[in-house]
Amino acid sequence: MTAVLEASELVSGYGEVEILHGVSLRLDIGEIVAIIGPNGAGKSTLMKAIFGLLKVKSGTVRLESEDITGMSPERIVRKGMCYVPQSENVFPSLSIRENLEMGAFTRRDGFRHRLDEIYALFPDLAQRPQLRAGKLSGGQRQMLALARALMLDPKVLLLDEPTASLAPKMVDDIFATIRNINQTGVAILIVEQNAKEALSICHRAYVLAGGNNRLEGTGPELLASEEVGKLYLGT
Amino acid sequence: MTKLRAVLGADGLGGRLKGERLLTPLTFLVITATVILMPAERSGWDVNGVINFLAFFATFVAIYGIFALGLNVQWGYTGVFNFGIMAFFLVGANTAAIITKPPASSEYVQYVGGFGDKLAFLPILGSDQWLPFLFGIAGAAVFAGVLAFLLSIPTLRLREDYLAIATIGIAELLRRITIEEPGLVNGTRGLTGIPRPLGDLVSTSDYKFVMLGIAVVTLVLVYVAVERGIRSPWGRVLRALREDELATAASGKNVFAFKSQGFVVGAMIMGIGGAIYAYANGAVSPDTFTHFFGTFIFWAMLMVGGSGNNKGAVMGAYVVWGFWTITLQLQGYTSEHPGPLGLSLPVVLQSRIFFIRDFLLGALIVVVLLLRPQGLLPEERRVSIWVERHAKGPPGARPPPAEQAESPPD
Amino acid sequence: MAIIDEAAYGRFRERLRDYQQLVGQFFGGPGLFIVFLGVGLWALISRTDAFVIGVVAGSVFALGAIGLTLIYGVLKFAHFAHGDSMMLAAYLAFFALTGVMVGERTDTQVLPWSLSDLPGATEPILNFSFGYGLLIAMAIAAAVMVAVFILLDRLIYRPLRRRGSSIVTFAIASLGVAIAMRSLILILWASFPRFYVAGIRPTTDLPFGVRIVTDQIFIFAASLVLAALVYLLLFRTRLGKAMRATADNPELALASGISTDRVIIWTWVVGGVSVGIAGVMLALQAQLKPELGFILLLPLFAATILGGIGSPQGAFVGGMIVGITEEVAVTLGFLSPGYKFSVAFVILILILLLRPQGLFGAKT
Repeated sequence: MTAVLEASELVSGYGEVEILHGVSLRLDIGEIVAIIGPNGAGKSTLMKAIFGLLKVKSGTVRLESEDITGMSPERIVRKGMCYVPQSENVFPSLSIRENLEMGAFTRRDGFRHRLDEIYALFPDLAQRPQLRAGKLSGGQRQMLALARALMLDPKVLLLDEPTASLAPKMVDDIFATIRNINQTGVAILIVEQNAKEALSICHRAYVLAGGNNRLEGTGPELLASEEVGKLYLGT
Repeated sequence: MTKLRAVLGADGLGGRLKGERLLTPLTFLVITATVILMPAERSGWDVNGVINFLAFFATFVAIYGIFALGLNVQWGYTGVFNFGIMAFFLVGANTAAIITKPPASSEYVQYVGGFGDKLAFLPILGSDQWLPFLFGIAGAAVFAGVLAFLLSIPTLRLREDYLAIATIGIAELLRRITIEEPGLVNGTRGLTGIPRPLGDLVSTSDYKFVMLGIAVVTLVLVYVAVERGIRSPWGRVLRALREDELATAASGKNVFAFKSQGFVVGAMIMGIGGAIYAYANGAVSPDTFTHFFGTFIFWAMLMVGGSGNNKGAVMGAYVVWGFWTITLQLQGYTSEHPGPLGLSLPVVLQSRIFFIRDFLLGALIVVVLLLRPQGLLPEERRVSIWVERHAKGPPGARPPPAEQAESPPD
Repeated sequence: MAIIDEAAYGRFRERLRDYQQLVGQFFGGPGLFIVFLGVGLWALISRTDAFVIGVVAGSVFALGAIGLTLIYGVLKFAHFAHGDSMMLAAYLAFFALTGVMVGERTDTQVLPWSLSDLPGATEPILNFSFGYGLLIAMAIAAAVMVAVFILLDRLIYRPLRRRGSSIVTFAIASLGVAIAMRSLILILWASFPRFYVAGIRPTTDLPFGVRIVTDQIFIFAASLVLAALVYLLLFRTRLGKAMRATADNPELALASGISTDRVIIWTWVVGGVSVGIAGVMLALQAQLKPELGFILLLPLFAATILGGIGSPQGAFVGGMIVGITEEVAVTLGFLSPGYKFSVAFVILILILLLRPQGLFGAKT
């Protein structure tokens, strides 16, 4: 199985402070891979480093065998990898439609077509496309954030804690949507605080702690693991 | 703002010049040398003339140093972004003037106050020489403080840029009032003939040295008071506040009260500065107080000298006022009276030397922000009087341990 | 026996607080609009002359505020150099038109040729006081200001952004720029007042016995047109939406593939053009005088914040409100005309206390 996204020995952080001390992961085509771990483990930092939002001090990131380490997000987006931040992931003063327009900013053609496809995947958003995104509920906003990132038909989707601060019903909806998106062929890397749910929908997962790889395995494996259970699942 | 920073890459303070350690002493030397040598050369090496000139120069350095210290308390320590220094300058100077002047006598000169004659009531030799002036200083401080307090209520909770605009507006409003209400401080004509403290002690020609002494003594007193205050428990809360408002609030301190107090104390210092200015200048008028001269120049002094640092504030006053005076001197070098090495300004430049000076000052501020934002004397780490007295080894040798802000004596 | 019934007193205080909150919400919301409309209507009817002058003054404020609100919204800093930039633009237009600067002691002709040498350039168009020469001069001034802004951004603001500087640093830096600009004007053109056109200017009679200088119609029209154009830019073009997106969330904009660098350049372009037009209109309405730039800051910021940062329609309305209020306030008898600009300050404080997001801004 060829890896569509590969990170090796990434060292990165904020300014002088080093958070990741050499983290590696692999995402294969069509997979959902989850990254779980305690707070401060560096999960979000890892995602930002992969996406070019943080300086990578050493290590590499490869997207379909192309080295994209340190590339600017604008270019990475054009290469087919999109990112949904944990919070503030929509443009509040823009309408739903405008948000989606911005998601497809670098797209030259086929915008209308893609918009219709997205509206089909997210029927709620199609209801009132002129509505200002700032007025949406938490769950609707997450949906919009996901939809925005999909406008460019990415091969890889990076999701940073998509269910943070959502009601349980919305959490289920979001995970269902993530599964749907994956079915359409998008490989998804997802950072999650909600370890149990994340492990139940993913193919494989990595456990991160203190800026290092701790464990790795398939979803069911880690769900069953006692160590993971005690530390992160509360069992 | 945070987002923009993160996106475009925050990599800490930039701009390290070569030979950085030499910058401060070199600047000091250059300014001092020029300030002494230029007038000396121009007056034909007349020692007396130079000494007189330097006395005036030093007096105003001291006065502006007081303002810079006040601004440092407001901004460097409390973190209040005050662009309306002119307001406290104006209030302080005018209050001192109307307290110490005799009552308004003619129909062409009107103002309130005029207690000058009545304040010399202590049965001590020549109390009319110093007592009214102490009242003047006290009055200036009180009024400036009250103004600051009243202002703090609506404005202190504003974000910094809004606060800046609001303070500009207030300063402008106050100036407007002094112009539009001629009964207050004689409108556009302003107040002249402000009496001189200790004026009768010496001859008129020697008075400048007395004034210099007064200004310097006041500066020293203010400096010592601020240095002490900032090491007290109150001062530590103030600085904790500036570093992290949220954390300070979380430890139970009434953030607003402390900010207000810092703002008021700084304003009172500025009021005192205004009073001394009034005594030294002998006259005040609305024209004296412009946004450039009443506000911006003090910010320039603090930024150049080093914000968060009292020595820096005074140093900044010295450097900026030195620069100001030197350009004034440059104006004298015309083709008829060339300077050293035949230096003379073409008329085209000479007639606009003031504007060139203003331009350079504006550019200087930008350059300082870009290349040396910490100023000439960077912020020193202060701990507390107790620690400095009891700690082994020189202060600053080891970074002080993270401190909890203690409850100040309320 | 208790003199005061504690429980009842407590309930009374609670009810008082509820009323206070209601009043605050009312005046911070719909009440504000009603007050403005009401006062506006009264002013229109009973102080028509002042109202009309206020609209013209408001047009000038609006022109400046439109550029200011854009810079404030996208670049997130209070551009204290905006007023002086307008003045610099006005003087640049003057220079393009006449080629005159101040020499040793008096004016000298610095340029061998200037726009007024074009045939008919100073012939008044229609009933205005100026000819097409001024319009060309305005275009030149706008172009130069765009270049100046981009240069200043590259030299000063971008390094500060890269360093993660606070809004305070930007404010002081732009203040330094403002002072430099004003001093430059003084160096090159001296401080005495100048005018684009000398002499009496033609007037027009409006209904209800109001007479205005015809140029003022042009100024009002210019503000309306600029507001409309900027609105269309922001809401109907891809670039404009990208600007709004960047203003909302620069990191997300970057993550969407928007080049924030280009957005910033375009912001300065629109800012420069608006400053060019605003400055010339200001000088046309009043005069060319170096100090006007800084004096304008207060009403400009009042208009911008009143309208809501980032909203061109807000800047237009805000400018109008500030202009009208200023002119009408001094007709009320107890305020002398010198207090005009302090009125803007009062408006500013009220808005910051009652509705900090402005009329058209979004509550954050």
